Amino acid sequence: MEFAAKRRKNHKNKSDRKRVRMKFGVVQFPGSNCDQDCIHVIRRVMGHEAFYLWHKDEDLQGADCVMVPGGFSYGDYLRCGAIARFAPMMTAVKKFAAAGGIVIGICNGFQILLEAGLLQGAMQRNRRLKFQCESVHLRVEHASGPFTCKAQEGQVLRIPIAHGEGNYFADTSTLSELNRNGQVAFRYCDGMGKTTDEANPNGSLENIAGITNRSGNVLGMMPHPERASESILGSEDGKVIFESIISWIMNHGTGRKESVVLSKG
Amino acid sequence: MIAAMPTDPAITPELIRKHGLTDDEYQLACSILKRDPNFTELGIFSVMWSEHCSYKNSRPELKKFPTTGPKVLVKAGDENAGVLDIGDGWAIAFKIESHNHPSAVEPFQGAATGVGGIIRDIFTMGARPVLCMDALRFGPITPGARDTSEAQVARNRRLLSGVVAGIAHYGNCIGLPTVGGEIYFDSSYNGNPLVNVVCLGVLRHDQIRKGSATGKGNPVYYVGAATGRDGLAGAAFASRELTEESKEDRPAVQVGDPFMEKLLLEACLELFEHNEAVVGVQDMGAAGLTCSTCETASRGNSGIEIELDRVPQRETGMVPYETMLSESQERMLIIARKGHEREVEKIFEKWDLHAAKIGHVTDDGLMRVKHGGKTVAEIPAKQLAEDAPVYVREAKAPAAAPAFDPSSLEEPRDLSPALLELLGHPSIASKNWVYRQYDHQVRAGTCVLPGSDAAVVRLLLDGSSKKNGGGLVKYLALTTDCNAIHCRINPREGAKMVVAESCRNIVCSGGRPLAGSDNLNFGNPHKPEVFWQIRECVEGMAEACRFFGTPITGGNVSLYNESPEGAIDPTPTFCMVGLIEDARFITTQWFKNEGDRIFLLGGTGAGLGGSHYLLHRTGKKVGPLPPFDFEFEKRVQDAVADAIRAGIVQSAHDCSEGGLAVALAESCMSGETKPGAQVKLPSANRTDDLLFNEAPSRVIVSAAPDKVDALKKICAKENVPLAELGSVGGKDLQIQVGDRTIVDAPVTRLHEAWYNAIALCVES
Repeated sequence: MEFAAKRRKNHKNKSDRKRVRMKFGVVQFPGSNCDQDCIHVIRRVMGHEAFYLWHKDEDLQGADCVMVPGGFSYGDYLRCGAIARFAPMMTAVKKFAAAGGIVIGICNGFQILLEAGLLQGAMQRNRRLKFQCESVHLRVEHASGPFTCKAQEGQVLRIPIAHGEGNYFADTSTLSELNRNGQVAFRYCDGMGKTTDEANPNGSLENIAGITNRSGNVLGMMPHPERASESILGSEDGKVIFESIISWIMNHGTGRKESVVLSKG
Repeated sequence: MIAAMPTDPAITPELIRKHGLTDDEYQLACSILKRDPNFTELGIFSVMWSEHCSYKNSRPELKKFPTTGPKVLVKAGDENAGVLDIGDGWAIAFKIESHNHPSAVEPFQGAATGVGGIIRDIFTMGARPVLCMDALRFGPITPGARDTSEAQVARNRRLLSGVVAGIAHYGNCIGLPTVGGEIYFDSSYNGNPLVNVVCLGVLRHDQIRKGSATGKGNPVYYVGAATGRDGLAGAAFASRELTEESKEDRPAVQVGDPFMEKLLLEACLELFEHNEAVVGVQDMGAAGLTCSTCETASRGNSGIEIELDRVPQRETGMVPYETMLSESQERMLIIARKGHEREVEKIFEKWDLHAAKIGHVTDDGLMRVKHGGKTVAEIPAKQLAEDAPVYVREAKAPAAAPAFDPSSLEEPRDLSPALLELLGHPSIASKNWVYRQYDHQVRAGTCVLPGSDAAVVRLLLDGSSKKNGGGLVKYLALTTDCNAIHCRINPREGAKMVVAESCRNIVCSGGRPLAGSDNLNFGNPHKPEVFWQIRECVEGMAEACRFFGTPITGGNVSLYNESPEGAIDPTPTFCMVGLIEDARFITTQWFKNEGDRIFLLGGTGAGLGGSHYLLHRTGKKVGPLPPFDFEFEKRVQDAVADAIRAGIVQSAHDCSEGGLAVALAESCMSGETKPGAQVKLPSANRTDDLLFNEAPSRVIVSAAPDKVDALKKICAKENVPLAELGSVGGKDLQIQVGDRTIVDAPVTRLHEAWYNAIALCVES
């Protein structure tokens, strides 16, 4: 892991550290519509490198982190995320994830990761049967791992949601497994951090707003941290997730193995 | 020889009338062709000369609007949408357009395709669409509403739910934030709802695209969804009154596919980066293939020839009449440059779209349509597109309506119940039930969410910048406004006040008004009283636009908005766009801090004529309207603008529907913290008049105590009356007149009545 070593070495020197730029690959499906927002936040707010990964390609172009953005991939026809999982790029993303690569799916991206089997469970229509766009509160369940290492446990984040099918469901055994392994990353809560039913916007089981895979390198979340990373947009609470990813990769490397890069020699 | 299809019916006077053409219009068509048209050609003339496409009844009136100015790059009527300079080489394209009739018959698809249509108009100009807004009007949704049966209330609720779901479906999927708009409920819209949709896009000056076909031999491409029989002759349908039988016209409503449009949008914008490959582009909206081919040829002073056998079709056995008149959605016409065919085709292939070469540009000035090797239509393009008959209809002012007699209305002692009732009226109540169904934050640029005087959106204008905080940023403020009650009572003054209010909303949000787009919704122009309303409104609006220096960059006319009960109230919806020069100027309507002082600029006003309070209590829409004065309005706006720029103001909110009391309540409850306010008003003849009159040119602002002197100085300089009303604080809204408390209510209670009103109506 030459790459990780390089990052760690740079980490020692603060002025050097500034120059280290993570590479974020943002997958672009037909119908993705939060792809530009993700690119914007990574480039302009976080100051790192971001580029598109076209769904028909299989080359991750050396991305340190893969983002699967929100939108309506393939029009959400058939079922949210159901068609996107067959894209060639998803084959590469799966291999990347299997090798420990950091993958974050937001909104439709979460749905795609569920359909692709990278995360457990499924999405149903919101319990009020309507698309819902509003700011919600999220409680950070664990302040560790690639996505929340810069947050505090129990910290309450204010981040908007915008979805029609974000009602998370899993069978009882899966649910207890998620809880046992600390795979629930975020839960919907009120402003004080209480996970009440009123604070649950879509009827998700146990107020679940985001989960990781067993090994913690793949996150899916319904709320949009990329829409809550600048004060001009009303909240900067989402930034902590991107800061966590950057800090984690800086300290631990990407988990990316050269063999994962499929078509790049 | 122009061929007819074996299935074509004979051209009879009945058939001509069924196509909405008068005898004179038919004769004009014959003289253009120098022969009788065949069935296909009759259909083509019928849609091109419908009001929807030709503006034949409104064109002389529309010429009264100011359409030019130093910032206008493409003016109204020249292209699919106007383009306006916003500085630094950047521009915006925006327009408002109606989809009223389709939404009345099939609310979900009618509204959805309305959104799709206006988005295509914007990216056709070469702009990347960045936001939508909607101005909606329905009949009452409240049980027991006046002049409305329970069955009609139920229908109105279904229309509201369907329209909102349709807008959400299309806008959310394509990834454009619906950042604002307006919704009113009034019995005049029973059976004829209004769905007016705005889209705005951003482009560099050098990216402006023209809908023009030039260069003999250049290939003409058809891109997007295949053509079916849906929306057959929708433009003609939109130019008729709605009747009980309109349900039979359901095939005239199109079906939308926002995913297809998203692909088209991305592919077209990518194609436009290949400047050398594209000559012209036009979306297929109203009148589909017909309109797009003859208009591009007309603008290019050329001709165009297409072969219908090459047009992708999703139904079998379509005859030329059907193919030419179909309004299937998500289709574009691209005029490419000869020799660049592969370049064009490759881009569409990347987006899994099929680009079909259906014809080429000619130099004979004719729109020639071929089918099965035969010419089935051949019409001079320019005359078809531009020589539609123009009518100046008879205008007659209706008999003067009786004025409001204050002695006929008892003044209540406690005004809290009246305030609560007004706040719970769906026209005044919070629209959260609606806008929460719209993704209003996608594209990560919405700085002021729905629910303030104007939406504020950030434009990131240099996407390629990789530096933190680098790149060019601009802020726009946007609003749609129209008080149709005012326009009904006095169309000329009402229309002036519409424009003034839209400017005031922009100013209260920290912006400077730039330009507007109008959607003229009226009844049947053949009725002299209706045509009088059109003329009065247009002239009032034009005068106001000239006064404020805000040209009209485009818009839409929707006539024949009638149900069996009669014409709608005149509804000239106005969308105003303003530029906010600095992020620090962005201002919202709600109170921020305990202890801030509350001020009213522009005086308390007087006169309940035309107010929602009067309508609510008596069911009457009667005047006189409170007086409106341009110069005074401008001074108030200048004072607010100066105060915002000087950093004096914490909040600014204009007084509109529901008057001062509703504006004060909204200032308390529409933000996050929902503080109370203690307010003392000067005595007046009637306290209900004081609280609820809808006099224009008034703004409530709040300011920190140490800024009060600076605010007074600005108002003195602008010669604007400034009244200190009280201060922000506590949990209640208390309004006193002299020693008497006339309103005392917890903000939570006001909020409850206001926030849940629409949900209670629709979901009960």
